[in-house]
Amino acid sequence: MAANGDIGFRNTAWLIGALAMMAAPHAEHLPVWESLLCVMLVLWRLHIAHRNLSLPPRWPIILIALGTAVGVALSYGILFGREPGVALLIALVALKLMEMRTLRDAMLLVYLGYFGVLTNFFYSQSILIAIYMLATVIVTTAAMLGLNQMAGELPVRARFRFAATLLAQSVPLMLVLFVFFPRIQGPLWGLPQDAHAGLSGLTDTMTPGSISQLTLSDAVAFRVTFATPMPRPSQMYWRGPVLWNYDGRTWTQGRPTRFKAPGFQPEGEAVRYTVTLEPHNRHWLFVLDLPAELSARSRVTNDFQAIAYLPVRERMRYEAASHLQYRSGLAEAPSELQRALQLPPEFNPRGRALAQSWRLRGGSDEAVIAAALAHFREQPFVYTLTPPQLGEHAMDDFLFTVRRGFCEHYASAFVFLMRAAGIPSRVVLGYLGGEVNPVGNYLIVRQAEAHAWAEVWLAERGWVRVDPTAAVSPARIESGVAAAVPAGDPLPALARVDYRWIKQLRLRLDAVANNWNQWVLGYTPERQTRFLTRAGLNAPDWKSMTAALTIGTGALLLAFVAWTLWRLRPAVQGAVQAAYLRFCSKLARRGLPRGQAEGPRDYATRVSRARPELAQVVDAVIQLYIQLRYGTLRDEAAVAQLKRLVAAFKA
Amino acid sequence: MIGALRNYFAGWQPRARTSDGSAARLGLRRVYILPSRHGILLCGFFVLMLLGSINYNLSLGYALTFLLASMAVVSMVHAFRNLAGLTVRAGRAEAVFAGDTATFNVFLENETDQPKQSIAISREAEPVEYYDAPARAATPARLRIPARRRGHLKAGRFRVFTRFPLGLFYAWSNMDLDMYCVVYPKPEAARLPLPAAEPSPGEGIESGYGSDDFAGLRPYHAGDSLRHIAWKAVAREQDLLTKQFTGRAEAELWLDWDLLPGVDQETRLSRLARWVLDAEARGLNYGLRVPKTRVEPGRGDTHRRRCLESLALFGTEPG
Repeated sequence: MAANGDIGFRNTAWLIGALAMMAAPHAEHLPVWESLLCVMLVLWRLHIAHRNLSLPPRWPIILIALGTAVGVALSYGILFGREPGVALLIALVALKLMEMRTLRDAMLLVYLGYFGVLTNFFYSQSILIAIYMLATVIVTTAAMLGLNQMAGELPVRARFRFAATLLAQSVPLMLVLFVFFPRIQGPLWGLPQDAHAGLSGLTDTMTPGSISQLTLSDAVAFRVTFATPMPRPSQMYWRGPVLWNYDGRTWTQGRPTRFKAPGFQPEGEAVRYTVTLEPHNRHWLFVLDLPAELSARSRVTNDFQAIAYLPVRERMRYEAASHLQYRSGLAEAPSELQRALQLPPEFNPRGRALAQSWRLRGGSDEAVIAAALAHFREQPFVYTLTPPQLGEHAMDDFLFTVRRGFCEHYASAFVFLMRAAGIPSRVVLGYLGGEVNPVGNYLIVRQAEAHAWAEVWLAERGWVRVDPTAAVSPARIESGVAAAVPAGDPLPALARVDYRWIKQLRLRLDAVANNWNQWVLGYTPERQTRFLTRAGLNAPDWKSMTAALTIGTGALLLAFVAWTLWRLRPAVQGAVQAAYLRFCSKLARRGLPRGQAEGPRDYATRVSRARPELAQVVDAVIQLYIQLRYGTLRDEAAVAQLKRLVAAFKA
Repeated sequence: MIGALRNYFAGWQPRARTSDGSAARLGLRRVYILPSRHGILLCGFFVLMLLGSINYNLSLGYALTFLLASMAVVSMVHAFRNLAGLTVRAGRAEAVFAGDTATFNVFLENETDQPKQSIAISREAEPVEYYDAPARAATPARLRIPARRRGHLKAGRFRVFTRFPLGLFYAWSNMDLDMYCVVYPKPEAARLPLPAAEPSPGEGIESGYGSDDFAGLRPYHAGDSLRHIAWKAVAREQDLLTKQFTGRAEAELWLDWDLLPGVDQETRLSRLARWVLDAEARGLNYGLRVPKTRVEPGRGDTHRRRCLESLALFGTEPG
């Protein structure tokens, strides 16, 4: 920047470039009119800077600012909160550009740019976004560097190099701060309502189509590492919400869940595992059927849902132990069994009649269940992700006319038939199976693995899981969605690809993402405490962390200052003086130490007199030294010569 | 190892070069550094960013905040480095007239291997000039100070500072080099006619111009004799030129303090300065007489400078 305070076109363009990089990812969730407004303002500002015109007067800018605030309030329905806050920040940046006159204004914009980078992390903290934002920070810093260059201007590459050097030199200090700065569990104040918008996952209701929508998503639901051997995919039923109530179309949970620790009799060994759950803004924690132990702050309901105290809004880790073989609910309360028989009487007469005919024919509960599964298996039912619309009598349509459906249709129809036949039953939502990542050896469960199954209650066996989808499409259970649906059906992109190297690459990337999640994004207060304990810090609290922080940053800073000073030595003089002192120490080792106040010429004379055989080399060194140090000789070659002479001289 | 380090660092201990006051080396203890206003503002932003990161549990927010805070600290060391190790050496200062701006030439000697950038040099409240000082080179720089009164102008305490690289820190060093500049009296604005020339002893020519030997051409001034106009040049449609001749015996013009009775001292000096300039401009042979000082008649830059210097230092202690 020029010394007279003029920011100039070049610096304006740099700054605008940096700010545009910051704002670009926000375009996705800003109202379109605001993005357009910002682009227009920026182009106008560039034009002004390019032609060296004067900036517009204040009042139209203030009018536009007020208009933008009103527009944001109308677009979001509210002026406070995270999303409108971001929208206002971006507008503020664009408007501030329009009245950027002094260095002070420009620096403020740089700071707003840095802050804008932070707001991008509200929406994503993926590795890609992190890399992009690092690039943005480098460009912003380069712009800031240019603003503070008063004399010459650095060429573009040198400017980038300087900015990157500054940032690279800050990394060690940043790492110490990141590791040791005492973490505080947020939030500090009430988060705005919209803080957790856009998190996806299972809902607590099921209508036809609700799960098949979800299964088109490649988003990761959770990842699991196993401490004991990993069970087969077909055995991994990850239990989520349990649905009791049916109104003819939608399944819901019904009355509030009861937190009565229900016992069950485990059969076989426990499976132990750690789940890293992506935030889904609901209370469920997904555990294998059935959970025996759970480390998270949660409770298990009487229908074995694991419910966290707070909605899962951050990525969350918990350890659990489950028994895949069990007997449960042998002594289920009659009121619960009554709930498990509820059906709206007015719908689906044909389905009811069918179930009752099985009951009349076979008699026992097992026979009815077998008949229902046989019905699915023997009639031409098709497993598909794109089922047609169902009418008012949804079950009748599905069972007798359409016969195309997804797991939610089969689970729903099966429970309907059971209840119609008088067998207590319920729908369970969750995930089935998962993908094993050999890189890092853990299981990835995606939204695509969402599943619905049924549980029936039998007098001698308690609650028993029945998966009617298995009757229609055994492949879904054994090999996942991709294998089960007919070719041509839409599928999540990742499930379709079967090229080996793409799959390999994808798994590798997921392993990287997993580590990123665990160590960078998941560096929570608990994780910090655990990590520092393992690193040898005894019972880390904020005091010991602050001490470590102070020592660490202090040591790094000292080292950096020492290195900087080292490089500051006069280029020629330092080398010359060092060579001379080296020479003196060598002579001292030969028993001829230099006197305290002895000049080089006197010293040389004395040495030559005492040891005439050294006279020649001593004279050469001292003469060269005197010329370099006190004379006008400033020649690199002469310095090299001096160094060579000193090095060749044996102590 | 320690010995080697000590040997290495010994090479850049400040040498006793400042004893004559002509140069100052900005050693480690001479450079001061404080956060600038921009730096303090950025601190406020860091607090905001940290609060945001805590509130929304943004791990990358922490990382960003820490990265930028570390960068601010690193930039402090860079600002210090940008100034430390520089030697400021006094150069010559051209004499000026009172009311003008004196320019003190200094050299920013950078003996290190690293370039230094955006180094400012100024006295308080004076306009600032910035310089880049490349590695292993001496960069000429100027310190501009308004010359208000005639006499010796001392450069006085001035400041070398920098905000490079990021403007977050202000590193400075104050110094007082032995630099003087002679300030001539401000020439009077009104162009009073020159006093009459005295004939040189033994000669009797009226005009200060000789008319015997052709010496060259100069622009025509009103009052020049028509006989001396270079008519050939006029014929070539050039401007009017007057032929100049040197006389064997020119008149001597004495600019004398005593010619101006009843005028106060500074006005007298001003008028004498004006006369010196006018006489020189017209190529006259002039001398100067002020109390205690007498400059024999002469001509040319050196002579003019001597006259003006006598006027500048009139009544001041030498030195």
